[in-house]
Amino acid sequence: MQNAFGQPQSVLVLGGTSDIALAVVAKLAADRTKTVVLAGRNEERLAAAAATLKAAGATTVELVAMEASDPSSAAATVDAGIAAAGGSVDLVLIAVGLLGEQSTTEDDPSATIELFDVNLTWPAAALAALRTRLIAQGSGHVAVFSSVAGVRVRRANFSYGSTKAGLDAFTIGFADSVRSSGIKVQVIRPGFVHTKMTEGMKEIPFTTTAEVAADNIVKGLGSSAEVIWTPPILKAVFLVLRHLPAFAWRRMPG
Amino acid sequence: MSSPRELLTGWGNTAPSLAVVERPRSDSEVTSALQHDRVIARGLGRSYGDPAQCAGGTVVSNRGLWHLSPIDPDTGLITAGAGVSLDELLAVSIPAGFFVPVTPGTRQVTIGGAIAADIHGKNHHVEGSFMNHVTRLRLATPSGDLEVTPESDPALFWGTAGAMGLTGIVTEATIRLLPIETSWVSVDTERFENLDGVMDAMATGDHRYRYSVAWVDCMTSGPRLGRGVLTRGEHATADMLQGKAARSPLAPPGGTLLTVPITPPSGLLNRLSMSAFNEAWFRRAPKKADGELHSIGAFFHPLDGVAWWNRLHGHRGFLQYQFAVDDAHGDVVRQAIEVLSSERVPSFLAVLKRFGPGNPGPLSFPLEGWTLALDVPIGPPQLPSVLDRLDEMVAEAGGRLYLAKDSRLSPEMFATMYPRASELDAVRQRVDPDGILSSDLTRRIGLTPPA
Repeated sequence: MQNAFGQPQSVLVLGGTSDIALAVVAKLAADRTKTVVLAGRNEERLAAAAATLKAAGATTVELVAMEASDPSSAAATVDAGIAAAGGSVDLVLIAVGLLGEQSTTEDDPSATIELFDVNLTWPAAALAALRTRLIAQGSGHVAVFSSVAGVRVRRANFSYGSTKAGLDAFTIGFADSVRSSGIKVQVIRPGFVHTKMTEGMKEIPFTTTAEVAADNIVKGLGSSAEVIWTPPILKAVFLVLRHLPAFAWRRMPG
Repeated sequence: MSSPRELLTGWGNTAPSLAVVERPRSDSEVTSALQHDRVIARGLGRSYGDPAQCAGGTVVSNRGLWHLSPIDPDTGLITAGAGVSLDELLAVSIPAGFFVPVTPGTRQVTIGGAIAADIHGKNHHVEGSFMNHVTRLRLATPSGDLEVTPESDPALFWGTAGAMGLTGIVTEATIRLLPIETSWVSVDTERFENLDGVMDAMATGDHRYRYSVAWVDCMTSGPRLGRGVLTRGEHATADMLQGKAARSPLAPPGGTLLTVPITPPSGLLNRLSMSAFNEAWFRRAPKKADGELHSIGAFFHPLDGVAWWNRLHGHRGFLQYQFAVDDAHGDVVRQAIEVLSSERVPSFLAVLKRFGPGNPGPLSFPLEGWTLALDVPIGPPQLPSVLDRLDEMVAEAGGRLYLAKDSRLSPEMFATMYPRASELDAVRQRVDPDGILSSDLTRRIGLTPPA
């Protein structure tokens, strides 16, 4: 049950090996979050994450197997996740995502399909499965990891960016559809964050560590903001970038 | 035929949850309302947090359980349906020369709510809490309807006091009213430049008054820390009145003067405005005045004059923090104010009272000593951890928080603060073996399972 600050006592992470999501949950575990369920694929990483979260303050960490490249399994994973949390869950983080390699993906239909399955279709199916569960719960909170890459798609990563654009739009519509049922749904738009996903990539302006991103996200989760930008300055940055004429946008670095 | 679901919160407008709301008007309708998986009663929703809401379950409004017996002129006993509010009761009883034995700062609470929270007022040091004045009650439980008195079933009677609805739905209660000669209160007011002054005066002089309360400034620091206004009084006798008042000594309390019709944008109440308010309120009080006549409404229920005043706190809502500590740990009051002031948490309307001995209720809040209550708007990012720190101070001192005000206590802290909570297990096993009675509060603090 959440408290007046919206601090959750139980959290389900769909995409439980995401560096940023785990950093967020570790902070939540230092406050009121004691029950965590991590749904993911890599057992070793999940076990390590569980240990970290227990050290951070969680009393119970359950692990659930998840296959994000199979969207038809999303509903079952959601059910298993909520059951592992004890039958109801305060906060669901959807943090599943594949960055992919743009230069190969754009020529590869199978890679493109996989990217869309993992980044867009699986999460959309999960949200559809969550909808009735959360409305029946009578209270609940969902935060979906989108990306600034989806705000205005760039040639440099349009495959990834467009999946995030789709997920972002889906989540905002979804949020409006459950607002009157007491369910809070937020979109998280991180800029470039140093994580295993971006290892080896060239840094761009407004990059942060996972720790800083997690800090910003936890603040955002406690607010009523529909969109959580991290770092917050990106909101203003993209307000401008969105409206650049196409020829100028195409010249942007990266 | 299913009842509509409603989004409910407490008075602080935080943590909304969706529930089916039933509005029974008879005992049989209450019994039907109890045929659900998850149920809790709700009165007028003046608890600040989440004790009267039930995510995914059924909330049973007691307002339809409304009846009022004649007042026995010799004993002052009156029997009321659980849905009767103190406002409604007083409208009838004051003209007849009777007051409620215990009243909180608002008249907008139901008899059922008064029992479930075991409310207290400015006279706890003399008269104890609400349940001390209840002679019998009827409780609708999943195991059946029960007639409960402190003699016939002390475990269930006292277990119900402060249990926030966990023993069942109160449907009716008999209360002993207090005879009064007038609807006025004779008030002695004194202003103190710091907390020590206030607390000394209360510790040494409260026994001379039936009613005593201090308003304390939690935003000043240093030598002016906790400066306050102490008001103490007794019901005025007829001989104290003059002129128009003397001609109708028992005129009933006033209605609403103003209302806040919409919720203004957050930020209307902030550090600056609250500091200014505190200063004005402090300066407005006389340095010392004795025997001034205040109406019952002005003395006991000043905020009732502004309907929906909680909306002034904006969309983010607010919370109340109220704790009690015993006399040996009175310094916790000072320490708490010091923490709030140094952490720059804006707060006004901080109220300090003395408590007399508590009653046998395992979950009843008052314990002999001091109680401080303050309103805090939600907004300052340091607020959650500041309040957690206050929790630790209070728990370490053997004190506790008031569940009727709480909206963020952790299960661990609750267990420390209410070590006698397990005494309720046997009673609950008897009246609610399947554990259907639960609220967002009870799930949050671990009194009932989380799911």
